[in-house]
Amino acid sequence: MSRDLSPRTKLTLYGLLLVLAVPFVFPTWWMVTSSLKPVADIFAFPPQLLPVNPRIDAYQRVFDLQPFAQQYLNSLYIALVVTVGTLAVSALAGYAFARIRFRGQNVLFLVVLAGLLIPSEVTIVPLFQMFFTLGLIDTHWPLILVPILGAPSVLATFIMRQFFVSLPGELEEAARVDGLGRFATFWKIALPLSRPALGAVAIFTFLHSWNLYLEPIVFLSTPEKFTLPQALTQFVDVYGGPMWDVQLAAASMTALPVLVVFVIAQKQFVEGLAHTGLKG
Amino acid sequence: MTRTDTRVGPATARPTLDRARPFWTGRRRDQLTGYLFIAPQLLGSALFVILPLILVVWYSLHEWNVLAGTFTFVGADNYAALADDANLGAVLRATGLFSVGLVVFNLALALLLAVLLNQKLRGTIVFRTLFFSPVVVSLVAWTIVWGFLLQDNGGINGLLDTIGVDGPNWLRGETTAMLSVIVVQVFKNVGLNMVLFLAALQGVPGELYEAAEVDGASRMRQFWRITVPLISPTILLTSIITVVGSLQVFAQIAVLTQGGPGTSTTVLVYYLYQQAFQFHHFGYGATLSIVLFGIVLALTVLQWQMRKRWVFHES
Repeated sequence: MSRDLSPRTKLTLYGLLLVLAVPFVFPTWWMVTSSLKPVADIFAFPPQLLPVNPRIDAYQRVFDLQPFAQQYLNSLYIALVVTVGTLAVSALAGYAFARIRFRGQNVLFLVVLAGLLIPSEVTIVPLFQMFFTLGLIDTHWPLILVPILGAPSVLATFIMRQFFVSLPGELEEAARVDGLGRFATFWKIALPLSRPALGAVAIFTFLHSWNLYLEPIVFLSTPEKFTLPQALTQFVDVYGGPMWDVQLAAASMTALPVLVVFVIAQKQFVEGLAHTGLKG
Repeated sequence: MTRTDTRVGPATARPTLDRARPFWTGRRRDQLTGYLFIAPQLLGSALFVILPLILVVWYSLHEWNVLAGTFTFVGADNYAALADDANLGAVLRATGLFSVGLVVFNLALALLLAVLLNQKLRGTIVFRTLFFSPVVVSLVAWTIVWGFLLQDNGGINGLLDTIGVDGPNWLRGETTAMLSVIVVQVFKNVGLNMVLFLAALQGVPGELYEAAEVDGASRMRQFWRITVPLISPTILLTSIITVVGSLQVFAQIAVLTQGGPGTSTTVLVYYLYQQAFQFHHFGYGATLSIVLFGIVLALTVLQWQMRKRWVFHES
């Protein structure tokens, strides 16, 4: 529906887009500006769209009240390990299911795909029990191993398979003629070509791990081991009421770096997710 | 699913009488490589998907008190308990309300945004970035901010006050609390569906609209008769993703309402969490997991059946 529009229609459309943008943008704006307000101004009326008396001591208190730097590091390293691990597992499996012929291939693919039908919430009780038996409760292992090997990586494998299926076979043929083995063909030919798919998988895997909430609160109990989403909810006063300024400062520090990366690389984010696999 | 098999290498099962042929033919070696490549994913699925699924069935047949350290076989008692559970009706109702509200609101808004972004306008990339941005904001951070905005004296009622409207205490009323968690979730993730719809809209050939224009069809009619049928595979895909996602909602409930007021926002996953990890009824928690699995499975099957009915075509 891309036809030329009259100036009046254009104006209406811009107006509509601007109004619709408010609920998407205002929360983030309000989070950052409110985190810079003194507590007394946070619920001021009329609302202050910009802080009248800006201050940053809420940011200081984030680090005083929780081992926040450690928690930040926990989230970051877990998300990075999960991303790299998922890329490795899903690229290998996706490639094999798409390009190599082996007995039982289709059945095994279906077995793996079953993971798509089983939300991780369904298996959280037995997973807790399994890790409890292994003595791995209150460690980061469940948050690393399950996403890399379990249900969350299945979608990644599916996307990688769809991508490898669409690669032209002549390239591999040429590699074969040059005497490259299967792994070398995968590593030197197929993998470099699959950068867009790998990018999309990396983005959604990172975000998935970064957002995980149920699993951390089930598996972790020591504040030094908490991840960010879990830590954010811990800034409460003695009565259990949220300390809004501190909570919003911590939320800002959690959200802003990813937002900045997104704005810089928004084309890869949006088009990667739209065009790779999810459509398939 | 189409397979373009352009594999090269020795032809399969070439009959040969040569007994001296080595065991490790190229074909065998290739098969082994295939198994090795899928091994991590396959073992992972067995260990973290299939085994837990079997265990969850097993646990659901037991009364299991972690604190007392007891684990006794009770047969179908947990399933009988489902029928006696006074809360379960309310929980399923909340789950259904949340899912239906989310899917309807999410898909309608996603489609509206995609249609707007598909117009010949300058700067649509900027708006696309804005609409998509909550997707990358940490879920709990996003939820906390909305919790802050939805306080009785928070930003939303503050804004409403300036135009003379006295807003409700959103998270304390049963209806407004449910509405709130739906809205918070819609704005968080509608960008994903929007992007998928946008890609689908861009795939609709322009000539179709030109032809319709010649026939004198109105814009609305063109939308319902051309656009919707042509993007119906995407509508189906997004509705599956959104429905299954809606059943997994947890963080928003835990942060915004803790299932309240009363049980009005206690969705199934939150109830499961409460039963298993707060009240330590692991056996009953496992039974609720199976209920959740059953619902997900039924809905997925139903939607794939519907695909045959009303999806216009498959690529």
